[in-house]
Amino acid sequence: MMALPHGIEVLWQERAMMLDGLLATIGIAAAGAVLAGLLGLVLFALMIGRAPVLPRLATGFVDLMRCVPFMLFCYLIYYGLPRFGIVLDNLFAGILALTLYNAAYVAELLRGAYKALPAETVEAGLAFGFHGWRLLLRVILPPVVLSAVPMLGNQMVQIIKDSAFLVIIAVQELTYAANEIQANYYVPFASFICAVLLYWGLCLGVEGGVRAVLRAAEARR
Amino acid sequence: MTYPAFITLLWGAANTIGVSLLSIAIGTPLGLMLALVRWRRLRLVDPAVAALVSLLRATPSVTLVLLVYFALPTIGLEIPRFAAAVATLALGSMAYNCEIWRGALLAFPRDQYEAALAFGMTGALRLRLIVLPQILRAALPALVNEMTLLIKVSPAIAVIGVVEMTRAAVRIGAVTYDPIPAFLVCLVIYVAVIGCFVMLQRRLERRAAAAAA
Repeated sequence: MMALPHGIEVLWQERAMMLDGLLATIGIAAAGAVLAGLLGLVLFALMIGRAPVLPRLATGFVDLMRCVPFMLFCYLIYYGLPRFGIVLDNLFAGILALTLYNAAYVAELLRGAYKALPAETVEAGLAFGFHGWRLLLRVILPPVVLSAVPMLGNQMVQIIKDSAFLVIIAVQELTYAANEIQANYYVPFASFICAVLLYWGLCLGVEGGVRAVLRAAEARR
Repeated sequence: MTYPAFITLLWGAANTIGVSLLSIAIGTPLGLMLALVRWRRLRLVDPAVAALVSLLRATPSVTLVLLVYFALPTIGLEIPRFAAAVATLALGSMAYNCEIWRGALLAFPRDQYEAALAFGMTGALRLRLIVLPQILRAALPALVNEMTLLIKVSPAIAVIGVVEMTRAAVRIGAVTYDPIPAFLVCLVIYVAVIGCFVMLQRRLERRAAAAAA
């Protein structure tokens, strides 16, 4: 504990590095979330659609992802893609892994919200002549996404936490920065506590965002 | 993949499963304890527990395991890797399980508790005979789901050098210059283990739905 004031001093000196790490984590998580959200929507549409083979394929992918640890998936993407002639740098490989993996979870929680949707909503949409993509976008998605907002928020927190795994493929995010600082100056307590508090702040921010969205939705009803 | 490499992977799998089971065995009752503390709605203690749970739920396991393993020695607590790994996963599991138990407690019918009070049951007896059996049944599917989450984050302990299954695969890859086969075998084992938990969870959910109907 004696070392804590010294640790804080070191952290203050190295604040630029910590801040870079924090910004990288925010950028990676935000990019991963947007892309995973879009791909998750597509997977969800395929899962509930009536195309011949696609629903099975999409469901299979989602079920597989839900049984695989993110870190292993990350290694597979990082070492596997070059075999197919696709060479990505660490950052983009990390964002790709984050996207593919979390898209499956997004699709699954949208499917859960869709199952809870009363059948009349879709039937009414069909009766009004909505089909295919227009039915999905105008009738199904608005209530499904709104009711899934709390769970989408949880998934956002999960994406932030998953992004810390990218340290294993040397993506320079927050945990990487904290680890560099502790390795250079041996101030593990201060640097990792600081990282943990910053992660906490990010997650509290997400939770606040979810509450704001729900309040806004409630006010508009 | 060679036979010795396969044995290395199985050894890693044993470590993964051992660490996970130990963490679950420690984290689940600790989570219950925290939930019971919060159920009492004690002033000062309640917000402190809520803050701890919120903090732990926001902390990536990779960061937490580094904190536990590298920072504890600076306050004079030298602990082996394996213990740091179990402590980390158990802390995360405790935080998630606390929320699960708390949800079950919030849904628990208050009148039953009051009836037990009226019959003059002591606190321990009320808990053991009336509250626990029912909240256990309500919480079980979520608890099993949390176990699968724990196994999925368990590779995080590799960053402090615990040779669990993923790290075993990395090591094999470092020798053969081709990590992909080892990763794929690894993937199959994870899917088999986690798949079992997922099926168990689905059965429990169906049973709960049938009991509610």
